[in-house]
Amino acid sequence: MSILINKNTKVITQGITGKTGQFHTEKCLEYANGKNCFVAGVNPKKAGEKVFDIPIFASVKQAAAETGATVSVIYVPPPGAAAAIWEAVEADLDLVICITEGIPVRDMLEVRNKMKARVAAGGKETLLLGPNCPGLITPDEIKIGIMPGHIHKKGRIGVVSRSGTLTYEAVGQLTDLGLGQSSAVGIGGDPINGLKHIDIMRLFNADPDTDAVIMIGEIGGPDEAEAAVWCKANMKKPVVGFIAGVTAPAGKRMGHAGALISGGADTAEAKLAIMEECGFTVTRNPAEMGKLLKSVL
Amino acid sequence: MKIHEYQGKEILRKFGVTTPRGNPAFSVDEAVKVATDLGGKVWVVKAQIHAGGRGKGGGVKVAKSLDEVRQYASQILGMQLITHQTGPQGRKVSRLLIEDGADIKKEYYLAVLTDRASQKVAVMASSEGGMDIEKVAHDTPEKILKEFVDPIVGITDQQAGNLARGIGVPAASLAQAVTLIKNLYRCYMETDASLAEINPMILEANGNIKALDAKFNFDDNSLYRQQDIVAYRDLDEEDPDEVAASKFDLTYIALDGNIGCLVNGAGLAMATMDTIKLFGAEPANFLDVGGGATTEKVTEAFKIMLKNPAVKGILVNIFGGIMKCDTIAEGIVAAARVVHLSVPLVVRMKGTNDEIGKKILKDSGLPIISADNMAEAAQKIVAAVK
Repeated sequence: MSILINKNTKVITQGITGKTGQFHTEKCLEYANGKNCFVAGVNPKKAGEKVFDIPIFASVKQAAAETGATVSVIYVPPPGAAAAIWEAVEADLDLVICITEGIPVRDMLEVRNKMKARVAAGGKETLLLGPNCPGLITPDEIKIGIMPGHIHKKGRIGVVSRSGTLTYEAVGQLTDLGLGQSSAVGIGGDPINGLKHIDIMRLFNADPDTDAVIMIGEIGGPDEAEAAVWCKANMKKPVVGFIAGVTAPAGKRMGHAGALISGGADTAEAKLAIMEECGFTVTRNPAEMGKLLKSVL
Repeated sequence: MKIHEYQGKEILRKFGVTTPRGNPAFSVDEAVKVATDLGGKVWVVKAQIHAGGRGKGGGVKVAKSLDEVRQYASQILGMQLITHQTGPQGRKVSRLLIEDGADIKKEYYLAVLTDRASQKVAVMASSEGGMDIEKVAHDTPEKILKEFVDPIVGITDQQAGNLARGIGVPAASLAQAVTLIKNLYRCYMETDASLAEINPMILEANGNIKALDAKFNFDDNSLYRQQDIVAYRDLDEEDPDEVAASKFDLTYIALDGNIGCLVNGAGLAMATMDTIKLFGAEPANFLDVGGGATTEKVTEAFKIMLKNPAVKGILVNIFGGIMKCDTIAEGIVAAARVVHLSVPLVVRMKGTNDEIGKKILKDSGLPIISADNMAEAAQKIVAAVK
């Protein structure tokens, strides 16, 4: 078992004909059961053609109907990425993973609110991971995204993080200690995104094949604190936590109005304190995430 | 991206938000000319820099004659204006805004921004205008009203009315305030702003509502479709090293410490800085080389870091995924030779082709200190600079 995806997942790649899409699709095909998982690509201008033997369809809807795929991964460039997400939602997919970095915030605001309105009106709920994320992997089964497959090892530890390389760092430490991963998930660094820490913690909590979780956060926004509070009441498994950005200067990226509306509780120290209070084993030393996880098993 | 107040007011007027009449001036003579052309008896001379708190720092003066306009303009132009947002070195003033004096009866606060938690657009208003809004939020949070707007629906008359009534706009001026709030929201959305703040929005003695100040931030991801906004960019207001770095797709932010850091990925870069602090030193910068670092990019990164005279050592921390460690190693060797590296360099590499990368560094004959993990790397560089 794992969360969200496994070796039987069928995936559509949106943006498969672009340079980034082709590069990563090849790596995903080579990983574990990838050849059987990546079943379709989408590009209205190249329908009928193939990339690495993967058939290209004119639309997500058509690709899903003809292949039975339920998940899509998006490498479409920023100007069209939000529309690509919406196309996948309208095709009633289960999960959309958006790798694209640099999508206008207004586009994300609009597509997220359209997605919520669709569910409120009785439509099917499509989950979104990202944007601006590395994707997710279930080791030895399937990799959807841009993470280096070879650092992973099959096992029973969950990893969730906003940042790509910091996810790899945690995974690398676990693998070096002989601890494999059930799933490793990068939720992305954008302010307006889909699945949040709390959603991934819920899934890991319910997954019988996950024994413990490393949850990694960053400065800014209320998400990590929200997840920690939920975990205090519900999480049955040990959690190791780290927040990057103790030394990050205030207001440099977010501007002070952003800090104002979240009540100023989004510094690294404030988040570490809440996580600790909620029963996480936290560290201020990112080199020790793996070791610490081993100690709580 | 940030812009100046006078540019913000130009944008506001395009969206039907009333502001005082005024124009920018780049010299003292021009300031006097702008005032003469405006006419009237009272003018405000305002320093234009990308930082708040200008009034308290002496950058805003009310002139009651053209002689005073000349006097204040010569005082303010060219001064190093120090505010709580500029740091102790201040910021040189090279632009002024000259505008009509306002007959202020009451000051309010109004802002639009994106709320991550609700994924809506938050419109905030307060009766406590003209003050430091963070202080209001801290001391009397009940005096800040918020309406959360669904961007698909847009702001409603009811939401704008709730805010205007809630902050105490008198009945005779309510319609004007509602219109201003709705126009500001439309302006925020159509320009892809990430913050639009009017502090203060004022009620004049004659009952008119105006925007007396204008502060905007724009979403960098959207600039490709906002050419009018990009045209407002003032590079003199930005850190020249950050601008130079951005030309090579590097994200660089100067900090106060003495250990330069070169890392791939924003999260790992922050974590590396934190680890340096954990072992007793301070980072000199944040530098993310991104996903596709070439020899050229790494060389530029070294040059930018070493321009900072405070840098006494450099820590490179790379987790090779798509980016291979041997590529980075070659870049480091080339860069170290080009810049004649004279400070200690600690390199930690992990991931794809890390063994080949380490061998390249070792065989280069350069005095590079190798480390196996982040903590060891941080300890080694901290020891090397002490």
